[in-house]
Amino acid sequence: MDSLQEHGGKSVINRGGRLSFFFDNEKFLGPIMIAPAVIYVLALVGYPLILAFAYSLSDITVGSVDYNFVGLSTFRSIIEEPEFRIALKNTILFTFVSMAIVVVLAKILALLLVKDFKGKFFVRALILMPYVAPISLGVIGWLWMLDSIYSPINWLLQRTGLFGPDFWPMWLGTPGLAMASIITVHVWRMLPLAMIIMLAGLASIPKDIQDAALVDGAGYFRRLFQVTIPMMLPIMLVAVLFGIVFTATDIIIILVLTRGGPYDSTQVLVSQAFYIGIDAGDLAGGAATALFLFPLLLAVAILMLKIARRSEVT
Amino acid sequence: MVEEKKGVKWIFLKFAHFGTLAIFAFFASLPFLWMLITTFKQDADLYNRANNPFIFNMAPTLSHIEYLFTETQFVQWLINTAFVGVLVVAITLVLAIPAGYSLVRLGGRWGEAIGIGIFLTYLIAPTILFIPMSRVVATVGLQDSLWSLVLVFPSFTIPFAIWLLMGFFKAIPPDLEEAAMIDGYSRFGAFIRMVLPISTSGILTVVIFSFTLVVQEYIYTLTFVTAASKYTVSVGVPTFLVHGDVYNWGGLMAGCLIASLPIAIVYNFFVDRFIGGLTMGAVKG
Repeated sequence: MDSLQEHGGKSVINRGGRLSFFFDNEKFLGPIMIAPAVIYVLALVGYPLILAFAYSLSDITVGSVDYNFVGLSTFRSIIEEPEFRIALKNTILFTFVSMAIVVVLAKILALLLVKDFKGKFFVRALILMPYVAPISLGVIGWLWMLDSIYSPINWLLQRTGLFGPDFWPMWLGTPGLAMASIITVHVWRMLPLAMIIMLAGLASIPKDIQDAALVDGAGYFRRLFQVTIPMMLPIMLVAVLFGIVFTATDIIIILVLTRGGPYDSTQVLVSQAFYIGIDAGDLAGGAATALFLFPLLLAVAILMLKIARRSEVT
Repeated sequence: MVEEKKGVKWIFLKFAHFGTLAIFAFFASLPFLWMLITTFKQDADLYNRANNPFIFNMAPTLSHIEYLFTETQFVQWLINTAFVGVLVVAITLVLAIPAGYSLVRLGGRWGEAIGIGIFLTYLIAPTILFIPMSRVVATVGLQDSLWSLVLVFPSFTIPFAIWLLMGFFKAIPPDLEEAAMIDGYSRFGAFIRMVLPISTSGILTVVIFSFTLVVQEYIYTLTFVTAASKYTVSVGVPTFLVHGDVYNWGGLMAGCLIASLPIAIVYNFFVDRFIGGLTMGAVKG
């Protein structure tokens, strides 16, 4: 059984085994408890990341996995492809337009949902659906709603007279409309999470600050823009930065809805990386294409560290 | 509620408030409503453009659900998803619980650095890693196997779980373990016997959340697995029921609905705790 010992004024249980040394000594226990997780993540995130860089500097393919260093020539030949420029442009357009819409709508939605009312739980559950259901399956619902022949959206708009009798847009088959559809579906998918984060941010504002502003005679919009939004800024900033990374690296909506088409009009960097690297088996080209997003990730990481450091000071 | 002057302005504001909310709720749930309608519609009704698509012009049918369960590998995909989900959740808990505790209580300066490092791994999206990862999986001989998913998925569930658990552990008063240690437990013993039992709600949140992440995962599964019988439901349904030769919209929508609803309902009850945990993790302890 355990025997009680006095240990520098602190009583500890000695289990008799050598292990007790580690279990009692916090200097060792901390690292031992965290090491397995850190090693796992380093092996399956850190190592593949290094490998991604190594691949992009080689001419490796699925057919020939021997490593030949070719320097930057893979990057150079990618930049020259017109498809790459289209994908880069689409990535930027898709990311920033959908994030801007998400932020504005989520803010409105959070302000609408912050007060309690009857049936709030049900309304909130409906609004959360796109986030809590598996995303690829929800997007298939959209695929069917945007169908070229049976689209209920077109049917509704035609019946209500918004569309003329001969106007039947092919949402996913027309270049401009396809991008608009992708952005709409992405907004649909991001809005619930963004709204919850905004609600959490609103809830974190001390009530007395709002009350003080109210007593001082500040109106609704004055409070919104001079109290609520500035106080939520740090959490919103982190959320938006994450949203940008998440959007720029998302692939599901595009693979399910358009597969990059029509005529590459919805092709983004990651979907192109998939078609080059996996479908065509050009590992080097695929890895290099995806890595064009790395500067974005790095910039976001640095910004976040800055934000973290600033909140540490205050 | 405080009685307010129910003037015209008040009515207008109420109307605008609930009207806008209704539009948002309709927009958010429309695809699922559409799945529900399609699932029970006869093909002859579904593929007649003259019919109102929002109502049942013919009697509802269960034939699509029957097709889904008998003619497709849908059930196998559900089983695969559950199999991978349970194992990934187990690995995640075993590695993330001690790590989260260690970072909160024993970390000190290096703990903070590792915490930030873990936070930043969220930024390295699977879409950057999937190409080299496909080679890693092939090298260890797991291509086209469910075990490749079991191996790789914890790489994104563990960081999330650690961050969540840090939030929950921070909320536990340190006096609790200190009291237990004065009573003679080691730090590790106090963690096992005092901290874990009162952390069950936090751990449950991590279980639900990690499982949801597994169900949602798409790109790794699509990359590593090629045999139809080894897909998870999130990839099997879009790959084999959409991009197959014949579109069977009824069966497809039934599959989406059946796979979505249970996870959506359970997750819905945990969203607040999840967000609470995430923001708590960000609060300096």
